[in-house]
Amino acid sequence: MPEFLLAACMFVLAMVALGLVRIVRGPNVAERLMAAQLLGTGGIGALLLLGAATGDASLVDVSLTLALLAAFASVAFAKAAAASTPDRADPGSGE
Amino acid sequence: MSAVLDVFTFAAVTAGAFFYLAGTVGLLRFPDSLTRLHALTKADNLGLALVVLGLLPRVDSVLAGLKLVAIWLLVLLAGAAASQLIAQTVIRRRPEP
Amino acid sequence: MIEALNIGLALLVLALGAWTVVARDTFAATAGFLAYGLLLTLVWVQLHGVDVALTEAAIGGGLTGALLIRAAAKLRKTETAARAERPGAPTRLVAALASAAVTVALALAVLALPDPAPTLAPEAMANIAATGVGNPITAVLLAYRSMDTLLEAIVLLFALIGVWSLAPDRVWGGRPGPLNRVDPNGILAYFARVLPPIGIIVGIYIFWIGADLPGGKFQGATIIAAMWLLTIMAGLTDVPPVSRTWLRVLLVLGPAVFIAVGAAGALWAGAFLGYPDGFAKPLIIVIEAALMPSLALVLALLLTGAPERAAA
Repeated sequence: MPEFLLAACMFVLAMVALGLVRIVRGPNVAERLMAAQLLGTGGIGALLLLGAATGDASLVDVSLTLALLAAFASVAFAKAAAASTPDRADPGSGE
Repeated sequence: MSAVLDVFTFAAVTAGAFFYLAGTVGLLRFPDSLTRLHALTKADNLGLALVVLGLLPRVDSVLAGLKLVAIWLLVLLAGAAASQLIAQTVIRRRPEP
Repeated sequence: MIEALNIGLALLVLALGAWTVVARDTFAATAGFLAYGLLLTLVWVQLHGVDVALTEAAIGGGLTGALLIRAAAKLRKTETAARAERPGAPTRLVAALASAAVTVALALAVLALPDPAPTLAPEAMANIAATGVGNPITAVLLAYRSMDTLLEAIVLLFALIGVWSLAPDRVWGGRPGPLNRVDPNGILAYFARVLPPIGIIVGIYIFWIGADLPGGKFQGATIIAAMWLLTIMAGLTDVPPVSRTWLRVLLVLGPAVFIAVGAAGALWAGAFLGYPDGFAKPLIIVIEAALMPSLALVLALLLTGAPERAAA
């Protein structure tokens, strides 16, 4: 079972690596934000699998911290990206 | 009993990994920003949910299990908010119809 | 199989780092840096430094990324002018050779290290019972090398004063950052109402378990700072003017308590920052509890930057 969980962890990391292609290629900011989202979710999944494979329970705390801070960073990015693009005058945009 | 739980973990984690694959393929291959966003958030939230579900039988205390579920709920909440904000940046760049 | 994981991680980190350096668009490079921080968290886990991984996840994954994106947004207008000033080919060649030489020197130094490496870990673990904590990192930070932690907290305060000194004269002592006008019914405001209570609980939890498991006041303070910054970004609260008395008292409180405990230690235990027998754990908890709000405030204020608006 630990070997299977480790293999699953490596698979998720491979998916994250593929998502990094989107950070590199993404034609605009939204693509890169999405890839950062994927990185966050994938990283959390990989950490949880790694913790279960090696029996280290403190990795769950690292995932918890990562979840909170990645959420904060995504919001900071999206807000900065929104502030720097010229937008149509749209009062109901929620921003 | 533990053999049943192992099979459950195996099935759930495999399904979760499949959904991660689906989300990543969607991010790379879909034609448009908004479709990519849709693929990403749906598949990755479900992928993490299945991984957490698969790891729940292996925890050794109730607190650890609650932490796993809390991580999934946080990622769900953050994903929902972030995808809305990302979608807003995409829409702003669109020319007027 | 673990080796394959480590090699894959190392290659990924190197490739992403190289791309972040050469990327043209500043926003893209910042996104790459955020990804780099998340990958580095995994690297630290593989190097068996879970405390460092926690700090990397908190600071590198969140705060530094937000700091860089704010700087990138402010520099956006000057980007085309900066790009036009590219140095000539000879300068770049010299820079490349110098960087390569430093890399080779570092690699040789790392490969020449004695194996097994000299370490004080056995002595640290042998005496850990006297400190009252179970996590050796916390024992080093707050018992064996508590002087370093005190100086680090004071250095952070100095950095904050340095940031404040960048304010123009007319807004001296004012509010950092622009006023955030956000739709109170929008998704961002909703998110900033739901997440911070959870985040604060998690931050205090991470601080509390730092005594015996990976964690501690610094990671907890980072989480709490991020939650406060989220409410500021969503316009639910405004940054206080930096001339407010309560803000300055709270900033100084942590290091002041630390110094007071140290002075008391000089009287009762024979050395500055010495702990009397049996009082180590309570004193450590007092120091950490006083430092954490100060640290959270310092980190958040470092991110909001120099004052931009006059105090109301």
